[in-house]
Order: sequence, then structure tokens, then C-alpha cells
Amino acid sequence: MPEALAGDGPDALALPELGQVPWRTRTDERYLRRYARIWTFWTLLYAIPFPAAALGLVLLEPLAFPVALACLAHGWIIPELYAYRGASVLRPKGPRNEHSEPVAQGLLGDLLDHDPRELQRRTGLALQDGRLGTWLVGESGALLLTAGGRRVHCFCVRLAEAGDRRLPPSDRIAHLLLALRTDEEGFATVANHAFCGAPWRIRRRLPPQMRPALDAARGRH
Amino acid sequence: MSRLIRMDHTGHTTLAEWTAADQAAFESAVEHFRCELEDGCIAVHDLGGGKAEQLRELPRDAGLVIMRRPIAGG
Repeated sequence: MPEALAGDGPDALALPELGQVPWRTRTDERYLRRYARIWTFWTLLYAIPFPAAALGLVLLEPLAFPVALACLAHGWIIPELYAYRGASVLRPKGPRNEHSEPVAQGLLGDLLDHDPRELQRRTGLALQDGRLGTWLVGESGALLLTAGGRRVHCFCVRLAEAGDRRLPPSDRIAHLLLALRTDEEGFATVANHAFCGAPWRIRRRLPPQMRPALDAARGRH
Repeated sequence: MSRLIRMDHTGHTTLAEWTAADQAAFESAVEHFRCELEDGCIAVHDLGGGKAEQLRELPRDAGLVIMRRPIAGG
């Protein structure tokens, strides 16, 4: 089983990429809790008015039923799109580089303990325990489960790849994993926050082979 | 035997290998290390236990040193 991240103590070196985003507040537990509260507030703010409008329309004029249906559809679709955006951070992206992937997979496997290695081979996601929560690292993003596994933060993060030197998928994961292990809070600060919400909203939009990784991460809380 | 590798489109490339007793091999590894840093790479030493450290100098007894590219918000 993976051991907890330990590279973000006060004496550890900060992630050098933090220099690219000097305006951002360092993402710590307090920041994540506040961000989650704000995200919940906004979700309610954009989701509730549509069903309320639908109900009002039908009460005022039953013939406006089709318009009320359209309102309900909006109230359903918009949160769905946000959750889809969150799940998309883990979707495989870019070339597969089948020729070099086995070599990259070997290196990534060396960085993981036995159980996370097997999980990564089955699901494509690397499990890593941290001080902020449990991480699932993919090719171009990461999920962080907090609050006893009841909340998931989705982060979009990419590599500075140049030209045709496209890396195989496992190397992209290894890049993110090493950055995460160097400075967990710094990693969360550099990455873009794409979504925050309940894990079930993300789970059903993940590719089926990735869902066991989310279940395993939730099981660690 | 310590190794300096770079993650690249081939999976990874071994840039240098050295032992603490082999001064010439170590100096060659340091040269590669500096070239990679100048090229914008970041040197990382995975310490195990979920911990990694960024290196600015190449230790003689490093074990495995991995050169990675910088990350950015997607």
C-alpha cells in the first residue's frame, strides 16, 4: 500500500513551477474546505432556479408545460456538464506511443508499491496517499478525495511538452506523481481546479475501467 | 551504481551511470545533469515512502535521479 506523502513539510523545497503562478494562494486543507463550500453554494445557485422556474410556470399556466420541461432539462444538464468536466481530467489524452509505453510503464511501476502498481495497470491511475487526502493521478490530471472520501476535487494539470517529443502515457503519470511527491500543496496550487463535488457524480462519468481506482481511493478513508 | 535518466518519448533514456569510486564517470554525469537543467528539466530523487526531493546538485551516491519536464495547470 502507498505510504503517505511526506515531501511538503516546512523544510521541503517548494515545487519550482509555483513561480509560474505567484498570484495563487497555496492550496492547503483550509483552502480546500473553503473552496468546497463555495463550489457547493454555486452549484445550488445555478441548479435550483431552473426547477423552481419550471414549477412556477406550471402553476401559473399549465400550457407552459413544454417550457417547464426545458427548464428542468437545463437544471439537470448544467450540473452534469460540470461533473463531466471534472471526470475529463482523468480521461486518456494524446498519443498512446505503444512502442515506448512498456518502457515507461516499467519506470512508473518502479515508483509504485505493489498494490498501487497493480491498480495502475488495471485502471491507468496511480493511487497516492497524501496529507490533503488520497490522490488518483492520471495522464493529464488528478483527483483528490477529502472529507472522509465524501468529496472529490478534480485538478487539471499538464506537462510542458515540446514538439513531437510526446511522452508515453505512463511517463506523463510519472511526471505528475513525482511533482506531487515533491510538494503536494504546491502541486495542487499549480494545477487548475476543474470540479469539486460528490464522488458519485464523477464515478459514473469515468471510463468503466477507471472506476475501481476511485472505489479503492474511497475505501482508504 | 547510480543512474541519471530522462523521461522522454522513448520511455526514458539513461544519460549517465556512475559509481562513487569512478570520478570520470561522475564528472560526465554532472555534465549531463547540468545540461538537462539548462534545458529546463527538473531533477527529482524519489526517496520512497511517498517522498521525493528536487535536486539542484547531483549527489555522488544518488541512486536513481530522474529528469522531468515542468508541469502547468491544464
